[in-house]
Amino acid sequence: MAMMKITRDALPALYARIAAEQSLILPVKTAGQTNFGLWNETADVDLYALKTVKSAKDAFFPQSETLYTCTTEDKKITITPEKLTDEQFVVFGIKACDVQGIKVLDKVFLSAPVDSFYAARRAHGTIVAMACSAPSESCFCHAFGIDPTEPADADVVIWPVGDTLCWKAMTEKGEALTALAGDLLTAADAADETALENAKAFTKSVMQKLPYANLTLEGWGADKTDEKFNSPVWDDLYKGCLACGTCTFVCPTCQCYDIKDYNTGKGVQRYRCWDSCMYSDFTMMAHGNNRNSQMQRFRQRFMHKLVYFPTNNDGMFSCVGCGRCVDKCPASLNIVKVIRAFQKAEKGETK
Amino acid sequence: MQELINRAKELLADGTVVRVLGWRKGDMDYNPEVAYFNSAEELDNFVYDGFCGANLSKYMIEASKLEGKTLVFLKPCDTYSFNQLLCEHRVDRDKAYIIGVGCRGKLDIEKVKAQGISGITAVSGTELDGPDSIKVSTIYGDFDVAYTDAMLERCHVCKGKEHKIYDELIGESKDTHDMDRMAAVAAIEAMSPTEKFAYFQAELSKCIRCNACRNVCPACSCRKCVFDSTKFDSQQKANVDSFEEKMFHIIRAFHVAGRCTDCGECSRVCPQGIPLHLFNRKFIKDIDELYGKYQAGETADQRAPLVNFTFGDAEPSIVNERGSK
Repeated sequence: MAMMKITRDALPALYARIAAEQSLILPVKTAGQTNFGLWNETADVDLYALKTVKSAKDAFFPQSETLYTCTTEDKKITITPEKLTDEQFVVFGIKACDVQGIKVLDKVFLSAPVDSFYAARRAHGTIVAMACSAPSESCFCHAFGIDPTEPADADVVIWPVGDTLCWKAMTEKGEALTALAGDLLTAADAADETALENAKAFTKSVMQKLPYANLTLEGWGADKTDEKFNSPVWDDLYKGCLACGTCTFVCPTCQCYDIKDYNTGKGVQRYRCWDSCMYSDFTMMAHGNNRNSQMQRFRQRFMHKLVYFPTNNDGMFSCVGCGRCVDKCPASLNIVKVIRAFQKAEKGETK
Repeated sequence: MQELINRAKELLADGTVVRVLGWRKGDMDYNPEVAYFNSAEELDNFVYDGFCGANLSKYMIEASKLEGKTLVFLKPCDTYSFNQLLCEHRVDRDKAYIIGVGCRGKLDIEKVKAQGISGITAVSGTELDGPDSIKVSTIYGDFDVAYTDAMLERCHVCKGKEHKIYDELIGESKDTHDMDRMAAVAAIEAMSPTEKFAYFQAELSKCIRCNACRNVCPACSCRKCVFDSTKFDSQQKANVDSFEEKMFHIIRAFHVAGRCTDCGECSRVCPQGIPLHLFNRKFIKDIDELYGKYQAGETADQRAPLVNFTFGDAEPSIVNERGSK
């Protein structure tokens, strides 16, 4: 499809037009923080924010959701499964790293046995990805082969260029959304294309100057379990860890969840909610906890992203370099420090 | 900073301590991490500057269980937490060698970023004896930011330069107090019930239940938190925008009431910028008003008003009197 464009001023009209037909999820600022949220007329849209606190993961895999409800009346128990999503929705303004995060989730939830809740959302969601124009110091998506100026696997890609946004539909869903946007979009001309290429080149030059520009994944990846698992480096790295779930919950790829019952008084709501491998009760079983020290929990998170996941998924890492954990870890520990600490140790350098 | 390193090396060498608890240089100038140092060589990566906001008192709970003495560096406000933990028998004084370090307020990189500064490659001038403004280098150019403009909220309402417990002191502290500690609480008190509800709804609906506030809190020292217990219905993991996370924060505030020293770590670590300290400060304000001025952690042997009966205590009817205002 040909390149289209929309002016920044026309965005509110676009939001209203989309929202009249389907739910629109986009970066919204609430009490000073920007997260993906549902659009309404009073929403403080913050589309140009580089990073939302949480990723857009909630749109497809909400932090908590009910699976089914059991109610008892007299001696009769009724089980009502939660309805699967059957309405179209649009997630607007996802960055390239977060789209890759969804691809990681796809590997987990769309491979057998398929997670029907997730699959229904994926089937009904249209992804509008937004190219990055000014990556920040905590960004390192390049290390995972992601080009922030060319988000892959989206239905529509938009590129902010000055007061204009270039718009290109990439899939059938994207074309349907383009049709819905109608006259708010106009054809981009040669001058727009040139400005866009310049903007992309600028972003790429920014990427090269950022502190993590030279980060590589040397030494990490599939089949590295044996050489990493028993390394003494973990013992040094984990000590500052507060065992909170910040890294897990801001992460676009963490996919572990717990299933629990909520006693409603008249029955039970069975729900699932995100869980964190950093928590002491994570995967607690009748025989006890399969990881009984914080070192083991800390190791699990990074080994999963950088070793186990690639081992089981043709080399695909389950980190996308969004840098949220770098920004948000209350103890300033992060995956980049882990990656580098091992690289240094393996080269025989002291930390 | 070098003085701290030198002294730590001496104390390690003469066997006074077997390890050092401090801050290690991060991969950026603004993200040092809490770390243990076991040798003089490891101390070469020690750092102490404006970004070393982490309160090490909480880590002393674990360090107290280790063999031998730990050298710990505490800022003036951290010593209140240490005292409070001593009071609650959660840390072992004999296992700690405390060097009280000077402080001129701690920095919050988010405050720098909030000024529109991004692409940060270096930050300098954050050391204890540094200049009045810090230099932030970015890929777009260099910026000077006034030290006080980048300071954590808690430093603007600093409790004072004095260390409440220590074995020795290194470094001069500066007075950074330039705001009324209770102003924000008073502003919320003045809101109508509807406004209050809307305020807390907006703030608390951001909560992602990461537990960072609880885990960093020196007053939250239970070995097993009731919210983590799998044995009762009290465990809360779901983040729902209705009730649960409000209960979590309110129960936590009640639990630490009278024990919270107002160290501000909860708000420092919150990934969603929720001003959690305001809950605790409301309790502190009420305790001050109802029982007389009280500062948790002032000493290690004082009796907190909420666990110390006197005939002058507020009667339960106070709820009606104050609630009807």
